[in-house]
This record gives sequence, structure tokens and C-alpha cells, in this order.
Amino acid sequence: MNPGQLPDAWGRFGPYGGKYAPEVLMPALEELEGFYSKVREDAGFRNELDGLLRDFVGRPSPLYFAERLTAHCGGAKIYLKREDLNHTGAHKINNSLGQVLIAKRMGKKRIIAETGAGQHGVATATVAARFGMACTIYMGRVDMERQAPNVYRMKLLGAEVVPVDSGSRTLKDAINEAIRDWVTNIEGTHYVFGSALGPHPYPMIVRDFQKIIGEETERQMKEKEGRLPDWLVACVGGGSNAIGLFWNFLDKPSVKMVGVEAGGEGVDTGKHAARFEGGKLGVLHGARTFILQTDKGQIAETHSISAGLDYAGVGPEHAFYRDEKRIDYVSVTDTEALAGFNTLCRLEGIIPALESAHAVAHTMKLAPKLGKEQLLVINLSGRGDKDLQTVMGAA
Amino acid sequence: MNRIDAAFVRLKEKKQKAFIPYIGAGVPGIQETVELALLLESKGADVLELGYPFSDPMADGLVNQAAANRALEKGVDDEAYLGMVKAIRAKSQIPIVVFSYLNPIFRLGLDDFARRAKEAGADGFLLVDMPVEESSEFQETCRKLDLRLIFLAAPTTTPARLQRLLKEASGFLYYISRTGITGERDGFQADFEEKLTAVKAASKLPVVVGFGISTPEQVNAVCGLCDGAVVGSALVRRTLENKPWPEMRTEIEVLAGRLIAPTKEVRA
Repeated sequence: MNPGQLPDAWGRFGPYGGKYAPEVLMPALEELEGFYSKVREDAGFRNELDGLLRDFVGRPSPLYFAERLTAHCGGAKIYLKREDLNHTGAHKINNSLGQVLIAKRMGKKRIIAETGAGQHGVATATVAARFGMACTIYMGRVDMERQAPNVYRMKLLGAEVVPVDSGSRTLKDAINEAIRDWVTNIEGTHYVFGSALGPHPYPMIVRDFQKIIGEETERQMKEKEGRLPDWLVACVGGGSNAIGLFWNFLDKPSVKMVGVEAGGEGVDTGKHAARFEGGKLGVLHGARTFILQTDKGQIAETHSISAGLDYAGVGPEHAFYRDEKRIDYVSVTDTEALAGFNTLCRLEGIIPALESAHAVAHTMKLAPKLGKEQLLVINLSGRGDKDLQTVMGAA
Repeated sequence: MNRIDAAFVRLKEKKQKAFIPYIGAGVPGIQETVELALLLESKGADVLELGYPFSDPMADGLVNQAAANRALEKGVDDEAYLGMVKAIRAKSQIPIVVFSYLNPIFRLGLDDFARRAKEAGADGFLLVDMPVEESSEFQETCRKLDLRLIFLAAPTTTPARLQRLLKEASGFLYYISRTGITGERDGFQADFEEKLTAVKAASKLPVVVGFGISTPEQVNAVCGLCDGAVVGSALVRRTLENKPWPEMRTEIEVLAGRLIAPTKEVRA
């Protein structure tokens, strides 16, 4: 297996991925793919991006030894990859920055994006402000209510936030509306897809801009422990933070990886977002992948306490590595995620995003079963300030 | 001969253009959809695009989104849909295009659903989010069943892509009048005529135009440049109104008559 060769020229990861888009978008996707293939090799682009990642985002993000969480679990040595310390408080800005730099070089004047938890919206609005580009963010009405601080942040940054009232009024519907905007305003507008989802080349581009997380983790772990980690744990909505941490280690067989999906109120209740447990193969928003849907192929409504994991589809690259048995996927419930959230607050003085709290929660089950010599890294993909209202409501 | 092909041969002989209504299956009701199809045919519609509802119609405007939701709420599924196709076919030879998104058809089984649609009396498919690059598997299925696979071309489609589309397309080529989603619009984009003329010149298949066409004037303008017009949202909007069916039916009948008239003028 050579992860560097995926996706293939058709944008496929094995049977997953592809480019299932309306015809209006196809030329734009081809243009983006062609432009990206040149820019990724371009030293000037790389230098500009690296400089901004260092001085604007604050990379590298620390790899932090969670001493008290480790003692609490009583097994593996737990490290946190602190993506929550990035500017704007999550890993999302790694991708937003890269894509906006591409858009600028393509001569685009306007940026649009969807957002679920609001982290991708805030990151994109931030970078758009930095580069003086017009920015419109689509967000489901339900998510706007549960992530109100992020809505205000986006507005402060000069973005227009458009509430989406169709469907379940969450991330899936925000993507529909962003796509509708893009097909209408294709000239001059770049759509900054926020996760490792969508039609090719998005899953590849988003992964490429996020894989810095794993590259830094390898370097930092070697500095601290003199070797590779044994376990990586990350939450999976679309799956950009997870593929960002995992990708660099896919060809290192000693490193085991677990993606954590949102189990909501329990997979057996039907109120969840565990696509691998409850979903079937389908096509949504441009990619062939596992999707929560009815027997007749209508997209199901999902549920998670975490807006960023509340989505019916999973990134196609994840589906591929699950088939390959390279990455294991599990789910934790809302209740378990809240326990993870509270534990990290109390033991480490870190308020994690509810998304990342899913990875913490699974680690609390996994770490006690592992030997003390085992090294485990949680991708702490975002900080939890945005979630205080939800957590207070759940208490 | 496939009914779609036959319709365009007949129109060419008569020097007329195609009128292609799009309606959402199951709206305002199942029986009404069948009546509506027969009514549209009696007024001169040449091909029917019958929308199969999908929960996430990302290329559709508010009107068609609302129609899809209404149909899903009413429980329109594959059996109900094919029941409508059968009921129309029992009384009419109007060509029927199954118009949808890929996921529901994929989930129902591309081969299986295509075979059932053929048996019910459908003549072709148009799946909005299945571009030509992703169509080879379904193309094979459609060829075996003598179903036409219809593709969209857009103002953004490059000449190279157009050639590729034309190689794979059958039945007719559906040109999208503008970049954007379905829904009524007042005018055409500035470069509409130039782009449509180029597409028409490159295509051996009949070319029809849809998206945003809602007035007899627009239908007339389109018919001067290509082989027909598709009208969707202007009709669908009226099927969503809260009115008794006889009143709705009469309104649609009058509107359809006005929209169809320009397509039936004999043009040199």
C-alpha cells in the first residue's frame, strides 16, 4: 500500500470518492485540479504557506503529554496534539489557509464555505479577512443556534453568514446551499470545502493541507520519546483532522489508528452519525462513500451533540482504509463524549471541542487496556469555547 | 424506435420544436400527476421529465426542493413512482424521462431500477449529479435496455468536454441556460445566444434548453436557436399552491397552452 498514490487520476480511493458533480461544476473542478497540481510543486506557494502557518496560525502546534489523564486511565502514555491552540482554535485553518492561497492565485475574488460547528466558517472568514476577499458562509439554522459564538465571530471578521433552513438545518444542508451558490456564481468564486469530503480534488487537497498534523507529530514524538507513537485516536465527521493526523503514518505498520464517529444517543436508536456502523454505500455531495440513508436512498437525518460530527457521509479516503483494515473505526455516544469533555477540563485544564471530546472518550476506554509503555496520541482538533452553551444545556 | 428519438424525428418532419415539461412526481398527488401528464400531452408536450424525489437536490432551487420534500412526505418511493409511469403509459405514448439524482437510483440498484423503469414504460434517464465521467456503468445498462441517457451541458462546459458529452449522450442534449440552479428567471445571461449556437452547431443530437425558462417569450427565443425548451419550476410552482385540484388544473392548462404555442409554430 502506497498512500502517496491515492487518489488515482479519477479521484478514487479504491471504490470510493470520484467526482459526482453537476455539469456546471465539472469544468471548475478540472480547473482546480489542474491548478493545484502545479501549485503543490511550486516553491513560492509552499514558502508563503509555510510562513503563514508559522506566523499567522502559530504552527507547529505542541505535542503535549497529558500526565493526569494518563494517570487517570492507568495505561498508555497519552499525548495531545494541540490543534486547539491554532489561531481560530481548531485544525480547520490549515486547510482554509491553503485553499484561500490557491483561490488568490487563481484570481478568485470571493470565497464561500459551509460550516457545521462553525470552526471551518471562522477559519475561512479569518483567512478571507487576512487576504481582503469577500466571504459568504452557509450554516444550518440549528447549528447557528448551538454555536452562536462562532456566528458572531464570523460576522466580526466581515463574513456574511447565511442561515440554511432546508432539511435538517445542519451541515448537510449547509453544503447543499453552498453548492447552489457555487453553481450560480462559479466565475470568480472559490468554494473552500472544509472537510475531506466532496468531489475530487477536494478530499485530496484538504488531506494535503491537513497532513502537517501527522508530520509534526512524528517529529515531536521522536524528540520526546525517541520513537513513533503506537496509537493515534481522532474523531471523524467528514474526517479531515483524522486523515491529517493519520496520513503520515499509514505506511508505518507499527502505528495503530482509530477513528471515532458520533454515536449520538446510541447507534441502535437511529439518532447518531456513525456512518460505518449504520450507513450504506451511496453518493452524496460529489463522492461515493458510506452514507446514512434510508433503504430507498434518501439521506437520513443524523444526530450528534457535536455539530461538527453531525453529517450523513464520511470522507472517501477513510472508507478505503477501513476496507484495508488499516484504520479501525468505532463510535462513542453523546453521553460518553460529555464525560470525556468534563474529564479533560478537570484533569488537564483544557476545554476541548465536543468533536475532539469523542476522541478523548474513546481513549478513556482504550488506554486502560494498553501497557504503560504504549504511546497514544489524541488529535485535540479544536477547543471547546463554542460548545459551552450545549454543555451547559446537557448538564 | 425509442419514443424519445421518435418524438424528435416527428418534430423535425413537422418543422416544429419540442416542449418538455418537468413535473415532480407525486405533487400535488399521485392521481393528479398522472392527470397532469396526460393534460400536458393533450396540450402539445412532446417529452415528459418526471422528477423522482431526492432529499438533497443540490442543483435545484426552492420550488423544486419544495416539490421533492412534498413528494417524500407523501411517501413517494420507487413503487409509487413507477406506478405513476405505468398509469401514464397505459393511456399515452409520451416519452418519459426519469429525472433525479444518483443516490436513490444507485441505492435501489442501477440495473434493477432501470429494468423496472423500462418495464413501467420509461424511455430515458437524466441524473443531475452523474457527469459523463462517472456514467460508464449506467450507460451500459441503459444501452442494453434501449433507454436514453441524457446529459446536461452548461455555459461553463468547455469545447473539449462538450465533445466528450456528445460522444456519450443519447436522446437529446439538455443545455442549461445559465450557471445556476433551477428556477424562474427574467432574462438570459449575456452570452447565452452565442454559447447555445456553438453547442447546437457541434451537436448531432437535438439540443433543448432548460433552467430559468418560464414565459412564452423565453420559449420562443429558445426555439429560434435550438430544438426545444424545458419548463420546470413555472409549472411545479403551481402544483404546490394551496388550491383545489380543478382550479389548479385549469390554471396549468392555460399556462401550458401559452408556453407550448411557440414550439408548435412551423419554422423554416
